[in-house]
Amino acid sequence: MQPILEIQHMSIHFTQYAKGTRRRELPVIRDLSLKIEPGQVVAVVGASGSGKSLLAHGILHILPRNSHMEGRILYDGGDLTSKRAARLRGREIVLVPQGVTYLDPLMKVGEQVRGDDAAPDAKQRARKALARYGLAAGTEELYPFELSGGMARRVLIATAVTHEPRLIIADEPTPGLDAKAAGRILGHFRELAEGGAGVLPITHDLELALTIADQVAVFYAGQTIEVASAEDFASPATLRHPFTRALWRAMPEHGFQPIAGAQPYPGTQTAGCPFAGQCARSTPQCREAADLPLRPWQGGMVRCLNPQREE
Amino acid sequence: MKHRLRFAVGKLFRMALLLLGVSILTFALMTASPLDPLQTNVGQVALGSMSQEQVAKLEAYWGVGTPPVERYLGWLGDVLHGDFGTSLLYRQPVLEVVGQRLAGSLWLLLFAWIISGILGLVLGVTAGATRGRLPDRLIRGYCLLISSTPTFWLALLLLLIFSVWLGVLPIGLSVPIGADAASITLADRLQHAILPALTLSITGVANIALHTREKMVDVLNSDYALFARARGESELRIVLRHGLRNVALPAITLQFASISEIIGGSVVVEQVFTYPGLGQAAVTAGLGSDMPLLLGITVITAAIVFGGNLVADLLYGVVDPKIRRGAARE
Repeated sequence: MQPILEIQHMSIHFTQYAKGTRRRELPVIRDLSLKIEPGQVVAVVGASGSGKSLLAHGILHILPRNSHMEGRILYDGGDLTSKRAARLRGREIVLVPQGVTYLDPLMKVGEQVRGDDAAPDAKQRARKALARYGLAAGTEELYPFELSGGMARRVLIATAVTHEPRLIIADEPTPGLDAKAAGRILGHFRELAEGGAGVLPITHDLELALTIADQVAVFYAGQTIEVASAEDFASPATLRHPFTRALWRAMPEHGFQPIAGAQPYPGTQTAGCPFAGQCARSTPQCREAADLPLRPWQGGMVRCLNPQREE
Repeated sequence: MKHRLRFAVGKLFRMALLLLGVSILTFALMTASPLDPLQTNVGQVALGSMSQEQVAKLEAYWGVGTPPVERYLGWLGDVLHGDFGTSLLYRQPVLEVVGQRLAGSLWLLLFAWIISGILGLVLGVTAGATRGRLPDRLIRGYCLLISSTPTFWLALLLLLIFSVWLGVLPIGLSVPIGADAASITLADRLQHAILPALTLSITGVANIALHTREKMVDVLNSDYALFARARGESELRIVLRHGLRNVALPAITLQFASISEIIGGSVVVEQVFTYPGLGQAAVTAGLGSDMPLLLGITVITAAIVFGGNLVADLLYGVVDPKIRRGAARE
């Protein structure tokens, strides 16, 4: 099947001014590749500060002005240029943001779900979108501060379905929700995928991601270090990258074991594998390797000199 | 309802406290002033040629020798009965003098207030929307330049350009010199008010524009502006749909808080343009030791400023859904 979205070697840099006029390029996302097919849920999982949200902004071409993006994004088989993205965003490609702060505090919910859409049936569609997620007609007249956490999330999902989206990017879809409410919200995303859309949840919560994802792309220091199917997460033995295994072991039901250290800050690392500092299996080669490509390996993708996987 | 009543009573109490404080401070400053009312208003030479009884009479008129506390309490007692006293210099009831002068200044103040508000908002929104780019840098540069320019100097500069060099506008006063009161037209009055009003507007703009810009930048960097971008809204639409809405609340505060600055500025500006308004009367009263008039002017202008802030508070309740719906629920 033709992928709805294919990201090839995406890099995002920020231009920073350090010490007066000395400019410096700060790489936040490096060589990221990803593929989603229609009807598929591909979760991007990574720690805070790994550049996850920027991935979403990069696809939508709404990155801040002091940044620039390299690589290729293909949407529905064609290059997703910034012009094309401007036409599609909010309609075919939608973002479901993290929380209620993404709603204008002084605008009524109905008007926000409708968005900047002057079409005669826009109001009707907004009402239908709200109703789809069990929000009564009265919700339209509420202001964001009058919404509960769960309602706010449903309003945000409703903004995505006023048109017929083909690609849904969900940035941290379930923060601050209890397991039951989070499960319900994730169910909504699963349902959108079953309707034929590609869904890209971006989260730090591996456990929740696994409940809906077909595939998981693990993000570390701005890079995809492993792409694995959800089934691979049944046991650490079927995972390829040492970091992914560490993530697996850090899950509450797998012993809650943290690993020492933290991921390197953007720009602090010049050569070698970014995980080398935290990796128990790292070799001198790992620290020196100039180019570590993401390569297909045993049914998934991995960026490691020394991957493991036992069948 | 209970909430509103509590709000009103609280505000009135605060206003009474404020006015009391302002009057005490004004009175204390005037008492501490080294100006001798007799020397200033009658003159050394004239005083020398007067008899003891005449001097004693004048001293009684200007209140010299009466203990300050007694004088203040006397004034306060009268004011509580609605009597603001008689101006010592104008020999008219204080309220009458203030009324006349306020009528003279009102258009000036109102014009300056509205122009600086509108212009400040437009410039601030424009600068915020083009943050970091040329229009923003020009507007910011202008605002910083104007903020660091003394008002009286700007007034002199405008006088120099428009009245002296170009000769298109009058040099001072509120009506043509020597004209019959009956023959003065509205056009005459407007012509005389242009320069002072312009000076006040120009200085008032900077503050409002800079604050509005900051708020606009905050809005455009907000999560909801980002989300609007993600949904395909253009920058212009974001400024119009989300920017103006969210800038409105601080703009209201700024606009009503600027009343005090406009009134304060008018004191200086009216002096430069010899414009017979409230500001000029305040200077005359201060320099001439006209205690009742000065107290009257400070108390009344303080009440106007307080009233402005009160209006801002009330408008907040209308504009901000959090306050509106929060209060309705109580």
